[in-house]
Formats: sequence, C-alpha cells, structure tokens
Amino acid sequence: MDRRDLAWYVDRVAQALVFVGGISAIIFILGIFVFVTKEGLDFVLGALDPGEFFTSIAWRPTSNNPTYGALALMVGTASVTGFAMLFSVPLSLGAALYIGEFATGKTREALKILVEMLAAIPSVVWGFVGMSIMNPLIIETFDVPVGLGVLNAGLILGLMAAPIMTTIAEDALKAVPDTYREAAEALGATRWEVIRRVVIPASKNGLLAAVLLGVGRGFGETMAVLMASGHAINLPTSPFDSVRALTATIAAELGDTVYGSNHYGALFTLGIFLFLVTFIINLTADVVVRGIRKK
Amino acid sequence: MFTATTLNRRSQRAQGVARAVFFLMTVTLVIPVLIIAGTLVVKGGPAISWEFLFSAPRDGMTAGGIFPALVGTVWLVAVALLASVPVGVAAALYLSEYAPDNLLTRTINLAIINLAGVPSIVHALFGVGAFVLFFNIGASILAASLTLAVMTLPVVIVATRESLQAVPQAFREACWNMGATRWQTIRKVVLPNSISGILTGVILEVSRTAGETAPIMFTGAAAFVAFLPNSVLDQTMAMSYHLYYIATQQTGVPEEIPFGVALVLISIVLLMNAISIGFRVYLRGLKKW
Repeated sequence: MDRRDLAWYVDRVAQALVFVGGISAIIFILGIFVFVTKEGLDFVLGALDPGEFFTSIAWRPTSNNPTYGALALMVGTASVTGFAMLFSVPLSLGAALYIGEFATGKTREALKILVEMLAAIPSVVWGFVGMSIMNPLIIETFDVPVGLGVLNAGLILGLMAAPIMTTIAEDALKAVPDTYREAAEALGATRWEVIRRVVIPASKNGLLAAVLLGVGRGFGETMAVLMASGHAINLPTSPFDSVRALTATIAAELGDTVYGSNHYGALFTLGIFLFLVTFIINLTADVVVRGIRKK
Repeated sequence: MFTATTLNRRSQRAQGVARAVFFLMTVTLVIPVLIIAGTLVVKGGPAISWEFLFSAPRDGMTAGGIFPALVGTVWLVAVALLASVPVGVAAALYLSEYAPDNLLTRTINLAIINLAGVPSIVHALFGVGAFVLFFNIGASILAASLTLAVMTLPVVIVATRESLQAVPQAFREACWNMGATRWQTIRKVVLPNSISGILTGVILEVSRTAGETAPIMFTGAAAFVAFLPNSVLDQTMAMSYHLYYIATQQTGVPEEIPFGVALVLISIVLLMNAISIGFRVYLRGLKKW
C-alpha cells in the first residue's frame, strides 16, 4: 500500500467520524425529546386531565387529592417573560444600533466587552442578585411588603436576555453590506438616515431572529426566575405580585418526588410542554427568517 | 459653496438625538454589570480568605469555606469539556468543510439552534432520564457533566464553525491543488489557522459550564458531600448549586457567605471570559490576512 492510499483511507475515516459529529446535534435533540417523553408518558396517558392542565390554576401535586393545573405556571412564565421583553427588546436593539453603527474604536470595544460580561453572569448569581439586592431595593422604593415578583424577575430576566439580543442584532446589522451604506451616504444621507432607511430595513430578518431568541431565553430561564419571582402560585394582577414559572416548578419540586409517581410524571410533562414550546418558537423563527430572506 | 439648509440642520439634529438615545440605552444595559460586580465585591469581599477558599463548610454551612464546591466545579467542567469539545469540533468541521447545502444540513442547523434554545431545566430532565436512569450511571459527576456537555455543545459548535469559516477559501484551494486530501487540508491548513478561535470558544464554554445550576441539580450535584470526589461516579458539591442551596434552602447562614460564594463564582466566570476576550484581541493582532 503506497502513501497515497493511506491518506485516502485516513480521509474516509475522518470524514465518517466528522459526519457522526455533524449529526450529533440531531441525535441529542431527538434524545432529549425521547427521554423526557419516556419519563412523562405514563402520566400523560394516565392521570393527566388535559382540560385541568391547561385551564386550572390548582397545582397541588402533594395534596391528598392531587390536581395538576398548570395555568398559573404558564401565566407566571408569560408575565415574567413579557415584562422582561417590554424593556429589554428596545434597549437591546438600541444598544446594538449604538455599538454597531455609532460607536467607534475603544468605546465600541469596551461596550462590547461589557455586554459579553453581562451575558457571562451565571443565572444562579442573577437569582441571588434578585433576592439579596433587588428585593430590598424594590421593597424600599415602592413601599411594598415583598420585592420578589414579576417586577424583580422581569428586570433580572430582561438583563439576562439582553446580551443575546444585542449580539445577534449587531451581527444582523454587520451583515448589511457596506456598499449599501456608502451608496446612501453618497446621496447625502446622515448616518441616522442611513440606519433608519437602509440598515434597519435590510437587516430586519436578523433583528426579528434576535428578538425571538431573546424570548426563548426568557421563557426557558430557570434559576433566576425561581429565586426572584417569589415562587407563589398566583395569577398576577400587579408587577409586585409573586408568580411561579413552569421551569422553576420543575427545579423546585423534582428533588422531592418519588420516581415513577404521578408528581414525577407531571413534572416531566411540564418538561415536554417546555420542550415543545421552545421547539415551536425556534422553528417559527427559522421559517420566518427564511421566508423574509427569500423575498 | 456648500451652506447648511434647514433640512440639513434638521437631519443633523435627528442624528444627534438618535445617537444620544442609543448611547443611553446601551449604558442602561451595561451599568447593572458594574453595580452587581461592585456590590458583590463590597459585600462578599470580607468573606474571602485563604481559609474560605481552602476549607470545607462547617456547622450546617453557616461557617467555613467552599473548597469542596470549588473542586467539584473543576471536575464537572473538565469532564464536560472532554465530552463536548471533540464532538463539537467534529460537528463544526462537518458543517464548515463537508456539508452540502441540503435538507440534512438545514436540519442539523435547526437542531443546534434548538439545543441552545431548550430550557436548562429540560436539559436537566434529559440528564435524569437518559444518563442517571437509562444508562444507569446514577447521580454522579459523569451524569452531570454529560448533561452539561450536551447543553453547551452549541457554544463549541458555533464558535468553532465561525473560526473555521474565517479561514480564506483560497488557503484550502491552494492545498487541494497540491494533491492533498480533504482531511490533510483540514489538519495541515484549516485547523492550524483556526485553532486560536476554537480555543476562544472552549474558554467561553468553560465559563458557561461553571455557572450552570439547573442541569446539575438532579444529575450529580449534592448540597453537602463530606469528601472530595475520587472518581467521576461520585456525587459532588458545585459552586453554582452551593450558592443556590445556601441562599434559599439553608437558614441561619451569615449574609457574607452567600455573597462570598457569588463573588468567587462570578470571578471565575468573568476571569474565563476576560481570558477569552484578551486571547481574541491578541490573535486579531496576529492575523495575516
């Protein structure tokens, strides 16, 4: 066997290994679905009452007569994520525009690094910040008895989701060819006019993707929401109300369940629900972005 | 000659306003990092000492240090990296160097986005269902690390793919023209020119892995383990879970202890990030093309 032959075989083997690595992401995402479903399936087919699950707020898995209504948990997740996005989306897109289009040199580098640092703070630290710094601050500022609730968790979550949105949005702005900008500037447009009339319209698919990823991040956040939301089953009527999120419920309760019990199955069912919703969000984002790109 | 018209002046003013507003928005986002870091240093700083770093918790975690948690986090991160870096780099190589633009590639990309988008607590459920129960590893460092590895896989894939794609196509073509196989080109040309970018991604993954809590809660992290882990099949304490536990589950813990734990955790994470950023800036200076 001459040298060239060996190289050819090595090439084939390498290609096969790399291919296995390539499809690993598909294997894992299927694996997640299969294994989470496997643990929750008995409950879904047995004790689960879909009507109760989606319309009742009574999540009482440990009572003598257990009920598994997840509505309050869904509302809890939605209210915290919604509140977070309310301020985080405009701030993040604004920051992306400033960093991507206005800032130059050292300022730009410094801001980018700070945004990266924001992204690096672990969620458990955010949760701790919510409990120990924001909580007293909210109690004092708004004169309310408890500072753990929609406001606290929403602010924390908004800050946590901001770096992803900022980074992805900035990438989208960067992807707009400089020739577009130069053409507009040659016509006498100011930088802001270039941004408003050329850059934003040209990058709107990327900006939309950024927002969707931010929503997904907020939706799935666990530790920070668990620690900062108050974790009380409640349909919130004010930003100061405590709520409980889907993710936080699993994190708080799984450790106390008996393997194979209905409670155990119910928590995995919440997991299936979370998986499906995030999957749909991501799929929609992909389809929407692709559709816009085609046009 | 050119004179400013009302219209010019108005657009100039609009530009100034836009610039100021966006600057304020950016500052609003980044100020909290400084406030949080500052508060943690002020409140957690007094707790930090050699004894805090190198001794075990005592008296129901109301005194003593964090050594077992620090060691546990190192174990978790190391095992997770061993599992995820080879797979992640292979996946990135496939996507960047081999993958045709077809349905499979689109599916892989979608799977990566989803893997990154699945909530961390769902990854935890997966870890319990797959590694702890199905593969019967039990709650252990191995099960927790594998869960972390799956979860942080997209970080490695995305960073690696980016640095692979930054290698100019002409480099590859030159190599192919010399009669090299695809793999020879990857090993001799593509990887050496992108290894630094890959490393940056790996360091970022370390930072991410060290801070994760939810995925390890039920797969291998324990509130208190009296000994340091001897093998990957032991349960372990971890910095992130320790912070959660003493902040929410344990009463009577003096305030400076959780602040101290948070400070150490955030220092590890930010230090890793700083190294990664510094590395990237340094490498950018070295770039030849």
